[in-house]
Amino acid sequence: MRRLRYAEALNEALREEMRADPSVVLYGEDIGIYGGVFKVTRALQEEFGAERVVDTPISEQTMTGMGVGAAMMGLRPVIEIMYADFLPLCLDALANQASILHFVWAGQVSVPMVLRTQGGGGAGAGAQHSKSLEAMVSHIPGLKVVSPVFPADAKGLLKAAIRDPNPVVFLEHKLLYNTTGEVPEGDHTVEIGKAAVVREGSDVTLVANSRMVLEALKAADTLAGSGISCEVVDLRSLRPLDTATIVASVKKTSRAVVVNEGWRFGGFGAEVAAQISEAAFEYLDAPVARIGTHDLPIPYSEPLEAAVVPSAASIVEAVRAWG
Amino acid sequence: MTNAPSQDELVEMFRRMVIVRRLEEKLGDLHKQGRTRGPIHRCDGQEAAGIGATAVLGTDDVATSTHRGHAHYIGKGLDLRRVVAEIFGRATGYCRGRAGHMLIADRATGMLGGNAIVGGGMPIAVGQALALKAQGRGRVVATFFGDGAAQTGVCHESMNMAALWKLPLVFFCEHNQYGLTVHARFQSSIEDLHRRAAGYGMPGVAVDGNDVVAVYRAMREAVARARDGGGPTFIEAKTYRMTGFSTSDMGGYQSGEEMEAWRPKDPIARTRALLERDLGAERTAALAAEAGEMVERAFEQALSDPMPGIEDLADGEYGAGEYGADDYGSAA
Repeated sequence: MRRLRYAEALNEALREEMRADPSVVLYGEDIGIYGGVFKVTRALQEEFGAERVVDTPISEQTMTGMGVGAAMMGLRPVIEIMYADFLPLCLDALANQASILHFVWAGQVSVPMVLRTQGGGGAGAGAQHSKSLEAMVSHIPGLKVVSPVFPADAKGLLKAAIRDPNPVVFLEHKLLYNTTGEVPEGDHTVEIGKAAVVREGSDVTLVANSRMVLEALKAADTLAGSGISCEVVDLRSLRPLDTATIVASVKKTSRAVVVNEGWRFGGFGAEVAAQISEAAFEYLDAPVARIGTHDLPIPYSEPLEAAVVPSAASIVEAVRAWG
Repeated sequence: MTNAPSQDELVEMFRRMVIVRRLEEKLGDLHKQGRTRGPIHRCDGQEAAGIGATAVLGTDDVATSTHRGHAHYIGKGLDLRRVVAEIFGRATGYCRGRAGHMLIADRATGMLGGNAIVGGGMPIAVGQALALKAQGRGRVVATFFGDGAAQTGVCHESMNMAALWKLPLVFFCEHNQYGLTVHARFQSSIEDLHRRAAGYGMPGVAVDGNDVVAVYRAMREAVARARDGGGPTFIEAKTYRMTGFSTSDMGGYQSGEEMEAWRPKDPIARTRALLERDLGAERTAALAAEAGEMVERAFEQALSDPMPGIEDLADGEYGAGEYGADDYGSAA
């Protein structure tokens, strides 16, 4: 199978959906001629025109609300918010509009919009361009939230998100855009709400999402050298959460480490840990371990940033702490 | 007189203003008896703005409203009984009791919809107008908001984008002098908010918001411009909120002199005088009485309607895309 970069897989998903459905439109900053700051929308304005690939002013609040209005009138807008750190600007439109209207208006409207954004540390982008705010958006009923790590899932989940009648927050990671992987050609979709076991093992379950799946896989390699067999669960979707797949794995291994790049306190990992405790408490040999970014603003300087963002080393350390 | 309403239209606007006034008076009475739930936001004194502006819209045009939306609901053609039922949380309400009085929506009449976040409807209206422009069927969006919402960041962003893209949108500002309890002079350095429109390259006009004919005429011009591809207009309807912010308002910040100065400008009394001249006092009084009886009947029916059963919650948080794109305004 051919290999694509993560950004190319997303671009292919957008192009295929726009060709198949004239109601799919893109709104965002720098997404037109420039093709997006991370080149996800490369050459799309050329093919589909400025009416469907719309460069917006730097107005994230209205851009997101605009997506809600366009979606309820029958368009399928895909909005690009350049950094996840700007999500707080979009939060009224997400928490007070997009997520509530289908329910509160008793099914009279659907809001089939996708909000794509990218977060994460490791690129020296500083405290306002490095955050992982998945817990903030996953907290809100009515939204769906996905965070694929592999290019094939990026393509498949983006196509599924665009076709979904509900608002979907699509979380990418700045360090993933240049990673490569095999990506099926044509109409490849991945169901929202399904996790994947990406490495089988018997001693410990590592539950991760987005770039942390890659760190978990590295940690699993290292630990295999010490005779510890790790199973790695890639969540792919955060809301709805595939609790069944997580719990089935933990019942097999009896130990779980949850790795998530958001802040540890009140983070998404806390939700996963709680779900495991509720559904598989009697299977656990140890408390669920939770790894996240230190509870600090993300510092700029390289050694400081490396010290606060989770890594394969911190996962290995957590597993070895059990002795 | 250009863009003037016909006599039938004037009669209809009078009837609707009286319905809104009686509806809100009745809500006020029931609130005092402890029979309402949550805050109720009345628009006494402002009826001409909401009714005059919505009178120009077709059923397949779209309106976004505010927390103070009764005039927009009635003006857009929603059924009074189902509005009252929603306000009282009944299963027969427009949103099966899930919305309450601030968030009513009705896809069939293009009321999309009430919004209890100040300024929250404006970005949505920009998106609706983008979609309608893409459809190319000459439909327009009216977004209603107050002088309070005019101070939000999204108001600026929305006006900029709507003008930039020449969207079929009317920004209708009901300047009722108060953002909650704080007078406009403490919220903006300029009194005439419509002057801001020039900075976005769109026409801005002020109109006597207590004169339903003046509102109708200004709105008709703005809607015609929007339909013809001429882009958005900002209309500032100067009016006054004769009751408090909501039923929870303790008062004490609106002076007696200020209220007395506005009382003679009551929009219903002024329209009544116009109609009495043309139809005679008796016929006009009969119209008002009929409207009042309609309100009484709507309350009687709605208050005997059933409450929703908790099984209604079983739908869950997500939708399955039940509706297609093109059945908005299906009442047309």
